[in-house]
Amino acid sequence: MIYWLGVATLVGIYLIAVMGVSILCGFTGMFSLGHAGFMAIGAYTSALLTKNFGIPIFAGIIGGMILAAIAGALLCYPTLKLRDDYFIIVTLGIGEAIKLIILNAVNLTGGARGLSDIPKGSSFISVWAIVIITFIVLRSFINSKHGRNCIALREEELAAQSVGINPIKYKMVAMVISCLLCGCAGGFLAHYMHYLQPNMFSMVKSDELIIMVILGGQGSLTGTVLAGLLLLPLPELLRFGSAEQWRMVFYGLLVVIVILFRPAGLMGMREFTFKDIKNVAKWFRSEYSKKTTRNKV
Amino acid sequence: MDNYDVECALEICDVCKHFGGIIATDHINIMARSNTIFGIIGPNGAGKTTLFNLITGIYKPTSGDILLYGKSLVGKLPYEIACEGVARTFQNIRLFNDLTVYENLHIAYQKSITYTIFDGILKTKKCKEQEAKCAEISEQMLKSVGLWELKDQLARNLPYGLQRKLEIARALITNPKVMLLDEPAAGMNEEESEQLSGIIKDIRNNNDITIIVIDHHMDVIMDVCDEITVINFGKQLVTGSPYDIQNNSEVIDAYLGVGD
Repeated sequence: MIYWLGVATLVGIYLIAVMGVSILCGFTGMFSLGHAGFMAIGAYTSALLTKNFGIPIFAGIIGGMILAAIAGALLCYPTLKLRDDYFIIVTLGIGEAIKLIILNAVNLTGGARGLSDIPKGSSFISVWAIVIITFIVLRSFINSKHGRNCIALREEELAAQSVGINPIKYKMVAMVISCLLCGCAGGFLAHYMHYLQPNMFSMVKSDELIIMVILGGQGSLTGTVLAGLLLLPLPELLRFGSAEQWRMVFYGLLVVIVILFRPAGLMGMREFTFKDIKNVAKWFRSEYSKKTTRNKV
Repeated sequence: MDNYDVECALEICDVCKHFGGIIATDHINIMARSNTIFGIIGPNGAGKTTLFNLITGIYKPTSGDILLYGKSLVGKLPYEIACEGVARTFQNIRLFNDLTVYENLHIAYQKSITYTIFDGILKTKKCKEQEAKCAEISEQMLKSVGLWELKDQLARNLPYGLQRKLEIARALITNPKVMLLDEPAAGMNEEESEQLSGIIKDIRNNNDITIIVIDHHMDVIMDVCDEITVINFGKQLVTGSPYDIQNNSEVIDAYLGVGD
């Protein structure tokens, strides 16, 4: 039971990061392959602040969020003018560079040996409370003018400019939001694991974040969360069949299947609503009644 | 038209644009008077769309100045120029394809929405009021252009003529002082282009707006424009009323070739 509570906590932590990436990649249309790097900034900042200066954990996490957001804003300001594909390459470089800096700043971060004895603090309740708050906040962001402007930039940048949307500003907004959330997830991760190591934030992690956004549907927050809930516990489930090393193969297979059969992702650009739940329930009921009548016959 | 001086909405003063060695527009001068419809015609590759891109800030002029009610637009970014009150449509339609017709207009209504991101997240009173107003205006606009029944359709699924219409509506909802229409009648049949002429005239009559149109459909241009300028190979040939243009020998040469 405690084990599954731990898994659920971990899923929640990554969901926070995935939702952040969803705003940047799904809604604003800027793909990033380096967001694990911003998670690392949040994680190490929070860990070092709480460990060395003894400040409370929530303050440490906020510090990590702010530093990740500042780093994201500074690194990306000169690159936002680049076309999509070049932006991806830059983020890839940034993510790896952050990892390498942490790896080589041995005195501060412990380098490859890792950073241990980080204060405990991420509980199931605190993590999932943040997940829910993040979801609500992002939802109202997307439905506001500012979220709509981000979507307009994804759809057609030139047209968006021609109605008076400042592209740099809104790309920056999306970038900062995603970095804040990745920093937050990193902080929670540090206080959940009590131990950090640069390899936890490799490119594979960034890929996983992106894959969940693509699988869930670009431009659907609920879709992203759904994909996250589906994929994040997967390594733990596969562990039982000692098939853990097959995880990435499975991810890749899943992406191929989704691209073949649902090119827009699980939810496409739609949001999952209560109405959908009702419809699904109705469908189940009708299927069930069909079966029972068939059995009677 | 009028004998006394009418205010000039958009003034293009001696604008040149060079792409390397190619001269796309060469000393163009245009004065579009307030609340008129101004036409720009010319053969393909004459530099008409380049001129629009110069006005909207996508290109920077090599020399010359562009004034909107006396205020220079040169050096401003495209979105800033849009905020100043210049709206445009594109030659190859650029709608927000994966969004609905309603959302296309909803996004374009920017000007009077001033609430901040935090207002949006906390759903403050200011945010709700402005959103309600935005929804109301989008609805009005859709009804006035006759797209209300199609509001939940994706923009990409609309037929070509309606996409054009939607693009014009999207430009119009920004409440511009000057609207630039880049080949609005392209790909339309006679009946559709006649309808379009009516729409363009209605827009001018019902709004405080100056319209500049590029098109190849002479019936549309001659029908709607108060004044026309002809451009050929980046050079301005002649400016005048539709009647003058039709009877100008230079224009006839440019379009039909010089006779022996």
